[in-house]
Amino acid sequence: MVHEGRTNTPVRLLATKLRTRKAFLREGPSLHIVVPTLRCDHSCLYCQVSRRRVDEPGFEMSPKDALAAVDRILESDANHLTVEFQGGEPLLAFGTIRLMTEEIARRAATGRVTFSMTSTLHHLTPQIATFLAEHRFQISASLDGLSDIHDLNRPVPGGMSFQKTVQGVDLARQILGSGSVAAITTITRRALAYPEETVDTLVGMGFRSLFLRPISPFGFANRTARRTGYPVQDFLVFYRRALARILELNQGGMEIEEAYAAILLRHILTPFHSGYVDLRSPAGAGLSVLVYDYDGSVYASDEGRMLGAVGDRTFRMGSVQEPLPTLMTSSAIRELARGGIAEEQPGCRDCAFLPYCGADPVHHHAVQGDVAADRLSSDFCQRHTGLFGMLFTMLATSDEWTRDVLLGWATGQGHGVKHVAAR
Amino acid sequence: MSLPLHTFATLQGFGPHARLLKALSLREALKSSFPPPSVAVDLRDPGLGDVDPAALAGAGYGAVVGMPGHGAASAAAGLPLVHSLRRDDVVAPGDVVRVEPKGSRISVLYRRGANSNSLFVTERCNSLCLMCSQPPRPDDDGWRLDELIDLVGLIDPDLSMLGVTGGEPTLLGRGLTRLLEATRAKLPSTRLHILSNGRLFHDAQLVERMAAAVGRATWAIPLYADIARVHDHVVQAPEAFEETLEGIHNLAEHGHAIEVRFVAHALTVPRLQGLAEFIWRNLPFVEHVALMGLEPMGFTRRNRDVLWIDPAEAGKAVANAAEYLARRGMTVSIYNTPLCLLPKVAWPLARRSISDWKQDYAPECEPCSMRDGCSGFFSSADLSWRGKDIRPIRDHEVMTV
Repeated sequence: MVHEGRTNTPVRLLATKLRTRKAFLREGPSLHIVVPTLRCDHSCLYCQVSRRRVDEPGFEMSPKDALAAVDRILESDANHLTVEFQGGEPLLAFGTIRLMTEEIARRAATGRVTFSMTSTLHHLTPQIATFLAEHRFQISASLDGLSDIHDLNRPVPGGMSFQKTVQGVDLARQILGSGSVAAITTITRRALAYPEETVDTLVGMGFRSLFLRPISPFGFANRTARRTGYPVQDFLVFYRRALARILELNQGGMEIEEAYAAILLRHILTPFHSGYVDLRSPAGAGLSVLVYDYDGSVYASDEGRMLGAVGDRTFRMGSVQEPLPTLMTSSAIRELARGGIAEEQPGCRDCAFLPYCGADPVHHHAVQGDVAADRLSSDFCQRHTGLFGMLFTMLATSDEWTRDVLLGWATGQGHGVKHVAAR
Repeated sequence: MSLPLHTFATLQGFGPHARLLKALSLREALKSSFPPPSVAVDLRDPGLGDVDPAALAGAGYGAVVGMPGHGAASAAAGLPLVHSLRRDDVVAPGDVVRVEPKGSRISVLYRRGANSNSLFVTERCNSLCLMCSQPPRPDDDGWRLDELIDLVGLIDPDLSMLGVTGGEPTLLGRGLTRLLEATRAKLPSTRLHILSNGRLFHDAQLVERMAAAVGRATWAIPLYADIARVHDHVVQAPEAFEETLEGIHNLAEHGHAIEVRFVAHALTVPRLQGLAEFIWRNLPFVEHVALMGLEPMGFTRRNRDVLWIDPAEAGKAVANAAEYLARRGMTVSIYNTPLCLLPKVAWPLARRSISDWKQDYAPECEPCSMRDGCSGFFSSADLSWRGKDIRPIRDHEVMTV
């Protein structure tokens, strides 16, 4: 380190930078994912959750476990908590959502908890939407872009899967407001050839923040990898073209962002962390996220829960009936600690992108067999180094206007006044 | 034309010592909770009719601001009288004045309704900035503290913002603690804005003594460069850069709010962009950044040769740095810089920052459409300081994007 004057001062400045970037460490779990049911009427090719049929009994969270989950959630000392319902299809267990939401709203300080839900919205009714609006839910709708690709990816009995989700989105927007409804788009092999069309379809439906994510190797996707999977490189090519299309739309005056790029850019261009739990070091799993499964199990992450569903209980922290301090000292947490600090992982510790990236020990356990496995050969690493390389190249070579749009994503400030004026 | 803070008057019945008095109209005096011995009832309003100074003396009031015609009755009642102010409008009801029998001088220490009021804590300073507008003096002026504590008790409690300035206020040590505690007791809803170089706060123990400021004060601390060599040269004090940064961190860690200040001149403008990046990367926790133009007073005049920069060039650099920080979500203000020297995108960041009593416009400003929203100039900035780019902004420039 080269510096002028006292040594103490630059060390303190560095300490502040580190403390600012790792501020999430100062509090307990802030993201609480609840799986109220494993049932779902979709039979998606890449289903991440090993879903159960709608008529199968025995895959519901009991009211007793739901109320215990509320106790655990409120035991966390995080200033701000997010409670996210997913599934299965969470709306098939709306009674559990209502029970937990009302209990939390009754017991937590106003504004301390944000509720969210990831759903296909096929089962949304005006009554349910009104309840969600009262509790200011943020909704993520699973929408895979082009309608025929969506219908092939996400079949339902009777078909028209895309159409039904679009109707759900419209209803949710009417009652909750457009700002409360976002889309999550899973990119399957079929979509790889259509990045521009995928972006245009989502933007045409009124979404202003897109989240384009590759297929995950978990759940059924792993087994069907030969049918749906593809090399990381193919995703990066897709992503580059999608990003170019999004920037083109920005050039035309629309304010559209890609949410994952926004997360990475916030890490690159600002002193702050994005808050995104899957890209942290120390890892978010267990330390920042808890997952409450339908059967009363508590997992350190959603991926950990999926491993549990196929018989690997490494990341099961315990039962929802156990107090938080017991869960937080479980063997799952110790295993996560071993592979959860990127700064000491082989392949990560010398990486130029380390300050912006995360450790993701659960993923490396799943695909490489060890939380502390070599990162260089993992798809996680290849995807992220690819994305960082792409974004840094754009920051280095693109025009001032494009750089400013990317900065606006990083800071959440949208288009700058200069560029509104320039148009 | 700005209203001065001093004038002279005829004094009658005052003892040998200076006194602090709160001027109040009769109507307000009767219902106010200020201690009557510190209240000077203002009888200058001709519509008031005859008020008997003996009755005011009986009610315990401390003095009268009146006309020569009040002389006989005031003397008879034993009530001190101020009359025949050289400028009558310098003192108005609500103001707090120091009356100095020696020299018959009246100084306004608090002016009700002014855009800024400050407690002037000391003339001493531990830095010697090349552009200091109020050069320090080494004399012991500890007497000021007691007067300020009295003054705090006479300031309108509904005042929203009160400055604390010097010299370097932290040189008072425990004296500053006393003053902050007095403001907390007497002016609980008033925010404080304290100008300090922050250097002494490299000692965390001193920060602990400032607890009365947490949650109600902003420490406004200058940082003139992103590197020690330039900052230390500007403030003429070795190690100041490190001390200030340590001080800022110590304050922040104790929950204090901080504003970073910058003054644009030939020594600081070349590194301004680097400083903006330094602040964003190292001090993103500060609540405000103020980028300021020069005030051509004190050392600034003496050091003109090393400080002078074309105001338009300084304005451009300041606007760029301000936009850099604002674009990243930081709160930024541009002070002491006329709008005609700033690109239009920076106008929303520019403030009318110069205190009423020392603010003016140039003759060129007469037809300007933006005059009312513009800082104008320090009264001390004559033609030679204003640069050659001052011009009126026309209506059509305001309307077009």
